[in-house]
Amino acid sequence: MAALVIAEHDNQSLKAATLNAVAAALQCSPEVDVLVAGNQSDVAAGTASQMTGVRKVIQIDAPSLADQLAEPLAAQILALASNYSHILAPATANGKNVLPRVAAKLDVAQLSDVTKVVGVDTFERPIYAGNAIATVQSSDSVKIITVRTTGFDPVAATGGSAAIEKPAADAAVSNSASSSFVGRELTQSDRPELTAAKTIVSGGRGLGSGEKYQELVVPLADKLGAALGASRAAVDAGYVPNDYQVGQTGKIVAPQLYVAVGISGAIQHLAGMKDSKVIVAINKDPEAPIFSVADYGLVADLFTAVPELTKALG
Amino acid sequence: MILTTEQEMIRDSMRTFSQERLAPFSAEWDKTHAFPAQAINELGELGAMGMVIPEEWGGAGMDYMSLVLTLEEIAAGDGSTSTIVSVQNSLACGITLKYGSQSQKEEWLKPLARGEKLGCFCLTEPHTGSDASAITTRADRDGDHFILNGVKQFITSGKNADVAIVLAVTDRAAGKKGISCFLVPTSTPGYIVARLEDKMGQHATDTAQILFENCRIPASCLMGKEGEGYKIALSNLEAGRIGIAAQAVGMARSALDAAIKYAKDRVTFGAPIIEHQAVNFRLVDMATQLDAARLMVWRAASLKDAGKSCLTEASMAKLFASEVAEKVCTDAIQIHGGYGYVSDFPVERIYRDVRVCQIYEGASDIQRLVIGRAIAQ
Amino acid sequence: MKILVAVKRVVDYNVKVRVKSDNSGVDIANVKMSMNPFDEIAVEEAVRLKEAGVATEVVVVSAGPTQCQETLRTALAIGADRAILVESAAELQPLAVAKILKSLCEKEQAQIVILGKQAIDDDSNQTGQMLAALLDIPQATFASKLVVADGKASVTREVDGGLETIAVSLPAVVTTDLRLNEPRYVTLPNIMKAKKKPLELIKPEDLGVDISPRLKTLKVEEPPKRSAGVMVADVAALVEKLKNEAKVI
Repeated sequence: MAALVIAEHDNQSLKAATLNAVAAALQCSPEVDVLVAGNQSDVAAGTASQMTGVRKVIQIDAPSLADQLAEPLAAQILALASNYSHILAPATANGKNVLPRVAAKLDVAQLSDVTKVVGVDTFERPIYAGNAIATVQSSDSVKIITVRTTGFDPVAATGGSAAIEKPAADAAVSNSASSSFVGRELTQSDRPELTAAKTIVSGGRGLGSGEKYQELVVPLADKLGAALGASRAAVDAGYVPNDYQVGQTGKIVAPQLYVAVGISGAIQHLAGMKDSKVIVAINKDPEAPIFSVADYGLVADLFTAVPELTKALG
Repeated sequence: MILTTEQEMIRDSMRTFSQERLAPFSAEWDKTHAFPAQAINELGELGAMGMVIPEEWGGAGMDYMSLVLTLEEIAAGDGSTSTIVSVQNSLACGITLKYGSQSQKEEWLKPLARGEKLGCFCLTEPHTGSDASAITTRADRDGDHFILNGVKQFITSGKNADVAIVLAVTDRAAGKKGISCFLVPTSTPGYIVARLEDKMGQHATDTAQILFENCRIPASCLMGKEGEGYKIALSNLEAGRIGIAAQAVGMARSALDAAIKYAKDRVTFGAPIIEHQAVNFRLVDMATQLDAARLMVWRAASLKDAGKSCLTEASMAKLFASEVAEKVCTDAIQIHGGYGYVSDFPVERIYRDVRVCQIYEGASDIQRLVIGRAIAQ
Repeated sequence: MKILVAVKRVVDYNVKVRVKSDNSGVDIANVKMSMNPFDEIAVEEAVRLKEAGVATEVVVVSAGPTQCQETLRTALAIGADRAILVESAAELQPLAVAKILKSLCEKEQAQIVILGKQAIDDDSNQTGQMLAALLDIPQATFASKLVVADGKASVTREVDGGLETIAVSLPAVVTTDLRLNEPRYVTLPNIMKAKKKPLELIKPEDLGVDISPRLKTLKVEEPPKRSAGVMVADVAALVEKLKNEAKVI
């Protein structure tokens, strides 16, 4: 049977996560439909129809679907569910919010955050915060899946020309009045706090001065949406305030990405960041101890390499 | 020795508090010699300042096992804080509960147990420590007042306390039976903080020399009967010794944990040093001795909870735990190599903090005297 | 107004779990167990609503083996009034738990049900939503702020890219996100008091609920090990690696 992907969109545009979810769906079934449920969602639906591999786009507009509220959206998905063996959504806040509601109404299990499709009924997913990977099999008649986007390369955004069907919204959709949308507040890109940040760019004594820290490290951090850190040497030399210090006597951090610029890698500093998921080190000394913990090491003059990196990040 | 569900809950919740609200500040307090006032307030709100005091007197109504579990966790976070808490529980609250009059308990025990007020215990003098009955601080009667004159030495929280339990001589001729106990508000004129000691460790406690200079107190400050002072001073020895032993175990545990962590990270000769047998066996001995010390603390606490006398067991626990703790801490420094000798890593501080456990609340040789008498019977 | 809070006993978040050598699962023998951190936030929020006079009773429930009583006692020590354990040694998946909770909700008639958004062991993030669907009531997930007034809950939710506020009529299900509150430290007297609060033990059969698992775990493996670091020749090579290999940008 076919697979249905619940598109991630805001009516005006289709979100990239949808492309990864379609890729996952294609591994479950060669026939993949995409549901764009919203209000005045022509643009999003049009973009969806151009994805490679999509059989058809089902665009359903209704005022109650405008803001992705779970109750009407789940009701709409339920109305279409009997046509599909797999219903997928990207594991975004929206996907995670609505899909379990669909699963429960269908009296089936859900597989959350799937990272690999092993077979039409067998999937891999992370458990214990990714410290273990489980291979799980579902015997339910319809598989409800949220897709971890980093597990699947996206399908091409163009090259497809799926038909767009525009059926009327299901009756149940307009009945769900128990929840109402009040407002939305997108985060200003404030610099994240050091201990909570997903990305950190740290500067060390190699920068030479506070001015150079501002000139080189800050723009790179801005590009990456990163927090700012520093080694003890940089803090002691007065380049940056104390609370930037990462290390044994500073903050202990474990971000997804840690970029160490001009930091040699003293034991005390390593103690503060060695559990980072990915460590990048840029230092002109090939013997610097930081390279022993870096996943990616670049021996280069940071005064040229860092601006180059900031520029390359586009 | 199996813990009850409540005891495990107490240990777990105090561990969380200690690791979040004490451990991250311990190094800073050590460097700045800052009194951990905020932490003490929070501990008061948690009920940790009057743990075995009955609920009717503002305490948590717990048992001694829970007290030692709590003290170990607090000490594992910060040694100084655990001393402040231990003195408050065993000496300030414990003695007031046992010997305070109804009105003294109303006025002082409730706020002490709730952590609203801080207490200290003034027995030791510059020339009198172990030989407690030789104190010379005088309390001379003057109508319905007493006038205190003398010097007390090494008084934990002497500066920050609101009330002091003071042992003073009321009848020189009567020797041990001539010492009396007084509850003295530290705001009383004549209670003077003469100096704060600059100690090897436990920098966050204020260890004061208190000068009593014609300190005039109403006779109602007398706790218990005149001449009962020496008995009162000795009455809380068991609880005090068990508390110090728990502290020593807690401090040593944090040093051991730091050493294990370091040994897993530090690589020499191609392997983490924890895989080198010499280091590994050193850690094993540290862990084993520490576990034995902990069990001795638990045994003494259990005896006390069962209403049995435990002076020997408490002395053994204090003696063993404090000596083992020093060994664990010095070994932890050794495992850290050069990094164990610098303040970036916690072990040199913990070593300095734990060293006094063999000295206060009955020095090791006094413990040996007590145990010696018991085994010779 | 009654609030029901569901809590789960999970491996303590500080523990680094290890996969069993036969790949049948994660080794949790002798490992420290604690209340799921998101559930602690749920209990804290419920107790705060009671302290604010919005709720009159907080009932905390759990489903699992008998040791879950310890988790419930902790919730009672935080301030819940009474506890119910649906005792079962079987594997309980989110759909089964949602059915158990539905049955309890119908019995207790709670106006608000608060759950943690996900359990840190299976990381499913489903139970609250499933419960709301089975009860046919609205849901407000990933709450970072909750205001209850006039039969409605106004909930600010953490969504990708920012915050969203919705209003749901009661009864409703709320799931907690990290920033909703900071759970209090349990006081020692409250731990002692929790001993005396009621804790009821019932079985899934008493509720007439089908708890059979739907998903079968075929194997559990370690994630790919961190490979040795590589040196890159230039910035372009670095960016390529970060984008395509590490997938962090």
